[in-house]
Amino acid sequence: MRPVRTAFAGALLGTLVLAGCGQTGANVAPSNSPTDSPTAPPAATAAASTGDFPVTVEAGNGKVTLAKKPERIVSLSATHTETLFAVGAGPQVVAVDDQSNYPPEAPKSDLSGFKPNVEAIIAKKPDLVILSNDQDKIVAELAKVNVPVLLEPAATKLEEAYEEIAEIGAATGNKAKADEVVTGMKTAMDKLAADAPKDKKLTYYHELDQTPYAATSGTFIGQVYAMFGLTNIADQAPDAAGGYPKLSAEFVAQADPALIFLADVKCCQQSKETLAKRPGWKNLSAVKNDQVIQLDDDLASRWGPRVVDLAEAIGAAVAKAGGTG
Amino acid sequence: MWVAGALVVLALTMVAGLLGGAADISPWQVVLQVVDWLPFVSADSGLAPVEQGLLYELRLPRVLVAAVVGGLLAMAGAGYQGVFRNPLADPYLLGAASGAGLATTLAIVLLPGAGASIPVAAFAGAVGGVFLAYTLGNAAGRSGGPGGGTATLVLAGVAVTSFLTAIQTFVQQLKVEELERIYSWILGDVGGGWDQLLLVLPYAAVSSVLLLLHGRMLDVLSVGDEEAGSLGVRAGRVRLTVLVAASLATASAVAVSGLIGFVGVVVPHVVRRLAGGSYRIVLPLSLIGGAAFLVAADLIARTVIAPAELPIGVVTMFVGAPFFVGVLRMTRRVAT
Repeated sequence: MRPVRTAFAGALLGTLVLAGCGQTGANVAPSNSPTDSPTAPPAATAAASTGDFPVTVEAGNGKVTLAKKPERIVSLSATHTETLFAVGAGPQVVAVDDQSNYPPEAPKSDLSGFKPNVEAIIAKKPDLVILSNDQDKIVAELAKVNVPVLLEPAATKLEEAYEEIAEIGAATGNKAKADEVVTGMKTAMDKLAADAPKDKKLTYYHELDQTPYAATSGTFIGQVYAMFGLTNIADQAPDAAGGYPKLSAEFVAQADPALIFLADVKCCQQSKETLAKRPGWKNLSAVKNDQVIQLDDDLASRWGPRVVDLAEAIGAAVAKAGGTG
Repeated sequence: MWVAGALVVLALTMVAGLLGGAADISPWQVVLQVVDWLPFVSADSGLAPVEQGLLYELRLPRVLVAAVVGGLLAMAGAGYQGVFRNPLADPYLLGAASGAGLATTLAIVLLPGAGASIPVAAFAGAVGGVFLAYTLGNAAGRSGGPGGGTATLVLAGVAVTSFLTAIQTFVQQLKVEELERIYSWILGDVGGGWDQLLLVLPYAAVSSVLLLLHGRMLDVLSVGDEEAGSLGVRAGRVRLTVLVAASLATASAVAVSGLIGFVGVVVPHVVRRLAGGSYRIVLPLSLIGGAAFLVAADLIARTVIAPAELPIGVVTMFVGAPFFVGVLRMTRRVAT
């Protein structure tokens, strides 16, 4: 009896670890792109690109050299799909994974980034595969059949997100457009940070799911919040709990954050109303003062060009809270 | 004497559970606040409404749910051990865990915003898993000749567990993005407030009464079916009743708290080591001891890395296992 159950738990643990924590949850329903991004992909300009091949890019899997401009790109990461289209490599993309729901014109397929199937990927005859997770040794498997792979892991800092966009631009022959995108993002982010009311230190809580898992300031998204001078209540969790601690519900109630950001809207239909129904939470200031902000789950779990949209949503909420409080 | 002692331990653990937590509220304020809740008495704890709310809506029901769930699991474990005359039997032996796991996974994957339906799904799945194992085991046992009964039942439980777990893992692989929710359910959680407590109480009451009434019968069964028969006890019927009651207890515990491991094995054995093997004493003491154990485990889960939390299943296994080994060693030394 016991070995069976242990194996069961082991298998679960294995898959969970592989799926990664925090970054992967959340995005279920296909998005119909609720916001128009300032960095949205323009009409195809790939043909006009001037990338000089061969190029060598320093990625998560070391130096990757591409002999010629890739024309059959497969993306196994929703973030990198967004980046590819934003830098103008959209026409070169032949398939994206089942989680890539933005932009809508991306050629969505049943490929999985969580459980990559090497034969299914090769069947698309890719000349470049871009992914964020070296799941099941997929990078080595693809190397065996000489398919170039660009591993760009989840960014932990804004700077890394910019670098990845530039690298994807260079690798796909869209360097100029990618640099333009990054410059545009930096300008937009700087302006948002400058406009943020710095006088009062508002506290916030960023919820990943109802358990409730939160994100600390050490995470990628936590750094976006930090731009606005916000204080994260989850930072009191010890480092041992990781960047995405499962907080105690009573701690959140007592900390009584001024702002609550929900990143479990699409996945779990959370809202101000559902928060009020949770035991002990109905008297929270954020619930009473209508400072519960429903984020786009996808934006909150990706680190591509649309991080600007996420920052704008946060900035608007901070401005509103600053104005009323 | 043992029961009184156990009740004192349980009371102390529950007080500790109420005093400790991630929110920074002093024990004295908690005491004042509890006094204030009593009818006709008022005391000023100086706590803000949010803090009063968190004590009443979060901490108090959590301690109570932990107590009920821990008691049910431990008592069900003792019941299973009695029926199967096997010290390794636990409440999940007959497919309750895998049935509940599959049903909950399906609910999370198929129903949007499945929060409210999870307890129902888990309960139905646990009952369904046990029913399946029992039906298969009985059918196979009959053809296997006399005496094959309980052993065949255990094997049927193993088969059902593997089968349902396979389906559950498959469904889970199809929906990797829901993995965190499924996984955190499996590791157990006794939070959730008064709703959860009200949900579990009726089943807890019925199954506890049934099991406690059968303590003597289980003692008789332990000498063997034929001897039991000569004493006028119908072994088959007793076994079925105890199985149904223990499975009901398990299913209702699983419904509100997920799959909390180890309680059902460790507590009855500790009780046996301390107070002897008669089911008349093992069953009630397991109920009380399991309650105290889980309240303590939850207190640790809530406080050790506060304000973050550990899943309670991690604590029951991580703390429970060494504690169990300690008790085994200690009592052996006393015995020899």
